[in-house]
Amino acid sequence: MFGKPIAMSETRELDFAEAIREAIRQEMLRDKTVFVLGEDVGKFGGLFGCTKGFLEEFGEERVRDTPISEAAIIGSALGAAVTGMHPIAELEFMDFIGCGMDQLVNQMAKTRYMFGGSMKAPVVLRTPCGSRYPIASGAAQHCQSLEAWFMHVPGLKVATPSTPYDAKGLLISAIRGEDPVLFVEHKLLYYAKRMPSLREPYPALIQKVPEEPYLIPFGKADIKRPGEDVTVVATMMMVHKSLRVAEDLSKKGISMEVIDPRTLVPLDKLTIINSVKKTGKVAVVSEDAKTGGVAAEIAAMIMEEAFDYLDAPVRRVSALDVPIPYAPVLESTAVPQERQITEAILDLVEPK
Amino acid sequence: MVRIRQFEERLAGICARGEIPALVHTYVGEEAVAVGACSALRKEDYITSTHRGHGHCIAKGGDLRKMMAELFGKETGYCKGRGGSMHIAAPDIGIVGCTGIAGAGIPIAAGVGLSIKMRKTDQVCVSFFGDGSSNTGAFHEGMNLAALWELPVVYVLENNLYAISTPISKATRLRKLSDRAAAYGMRGVVADGMDVLSVYEAVTDAVVRARRGEGPTLLECKTYRFRGHFEGDPKMGETYRTKQEMEEWERRDAIPKLADRIVKDRKATQAELDAINQEVIKEIDDAVAFAKASASPRPEDVAKYVFVSEK
Repeated sequence: MFGKPIAMSETRELDFAEAIREAIRQEMLRDKTVFVLGEDVGKFGGLFGCTKGFLEEFGEERVRDTPISEAAIIGSALGAAVTGMHPIAELEFMDFIGCGMDQLVNQMAKTRYMFGGSMKAPVVLRTPCGSRYPIASGAAQHCQSLEAWFMHVPGLKVATPSTPYDAKGLLISAIRGEDPVLFVEHKLLYYAKRMPSLREPYPALIQKVPEEPYLIPFGKADIKRPGEDVTVVATMMMVHKSLRVAEDLSKKGISMEVIDPRTLVPLDKLTIINSVKKTGKVAVVSEDAKTGGVAAEIAAMIMEEAFDYLDAPVRRVSALDVPIPYAPVLESTAVPQERQITEAILDLVEPK
Repeated sequence: MVRIRQFEERLAGICARGEIPALVHTYVGEEAVAVGACSALRKEDYITSTHRGHGHCIAKGGDLRKMMAELFGKETGYCKGRGGSMHIAAPDIGIVGCTGIAGAGIPIAAGVGLSIKMRKTDQVCVSFFGDGSSNTGAFHEGMNLAALWELPVVYVLENNLYAISTPISKATRLRKLSDRAAAYGMRGVVADGMDVLSVYEAVTDAVVRARRGEGPTLLECKTYRFRGHFEGDPKMGETYRTKQEMEEWERRDAIPKLADRIVKDRKATQAELDAINQEVIKEIDDAVAFAKASASPRPEDVAKYVFVSEK
């Protein structure tokens, strides 16, 4: 089922939003119990266009605009899922997840366990995270990356794809799986076709994507760039920034291995540890706030399970512990850029 | 009703003797609501329930052995000892879960209604919750969505007058909580929660409408809990309720009221009713014995059932 190689020459180039849209559409065509609900998913096609054209193709019954009611979006998706449906719910911005937190954390995540395995809650909850420098400034309540919160909630799976290819395969796996999945989509990934200036520094934002449905398993990291000297574990937009740094540093003779976990829950520890065994040096790069964040968890895991292989302390490159600011100069300071990643790598490879 | 009453009173004794670890909220006094409502349902219909859910589960056909075993934290319980008193689920008889968070079942029930509508069956979902839950955001969002999409849900608001110790008069200016339905363009009605036939008739009517595609109803059932909020609540809640008020409501107890009527209408003799009571006591003896004799979950299975994919 997994990993059947597909001839890439026969594929088209899609951006991240197109890949998401194609995955949902193909699953809705395959299975009548799959439907979408959320704010502005209908005529508007979703704030970032991921359900564009669905209303016309599938009708109001399966493409449901909702009121501004995050608790009811998540709760009703849960109720539908425990009685045989496969809802894909969308939250317009990840920042709004607090409004539906009880339904997600106390209800959905607990459904299988606290009912002793007698029920399942196959909900996919999609939501965009992250800052948008240099595209648009959303500031403190529209730019957060909160995925670490949900690594802390047993019962939820957390997907954080970085590329169109991964997005499509992971989303189809999420929809066909039987567990609740928080599917986090970094907003900057959506813009590659609309903003050609993004494509030059980050070419992997647009990729050849097979037309036929395919599955990428959860808990299987992808080595985005093999290397020998230092390991970088990065998520979502930070994968692209890290790849750019890797390219730059290769000119200085530094060989960086870039690993994308692709799913934070479950986390592919083995791929990360094997890389650390090889390089002995590792930086974890994530866009969420540093304290108690994604990088903190991955760094702790590495120190617990691969301490003897480390030549230097694990480095975290994460956002500053400040709310995301509005002014572009502040936003790009708060959120890791190539400069901070480069500094961390040089520090590891050529300690002063 | 007698089955629920006997189950809960037996449980209260078990709690008092410290035989189980549970935080337990009994349904004593409110039996007419669960029984009246669930008697209007078919096996394939759904309910969502609350922290005070034993009565709902028994009324929907829950197995006393599996319920008692769950309360004892045993592997043979409905949730294999993972859920306990506040989290019973039995999807095969339509119990799609009790939640310990006030109001949380309300949007979930809307989703169950949505599923029914999309699957085009004529099932309905009854969602039980208390007066306290009607002040939550989940209530507002769930009710609005259910009304908007005309979902086949009957919202049964059990108004027992207190959210733990806080009287309803200190929680809202409304005196009739069914009035809240108007805010959502929903039908709102009131039943006597101390009269099983009153509840049965009101729910039957709401269910017929829901099955016909006429959307949800908010049914307020005025009722009273005879015991404390939880087992261990000092003086069964007399610290925040007057003895006089408690006695007044106990005089309206739905069980003797129905028994009197049955005997008066010559549907059964008192001796026959006494026999039912004895039968129920035996059922509960059996359930307790089953629970006590059952095995506890194994520590090595603690991480089982987190995900479907890790069976």
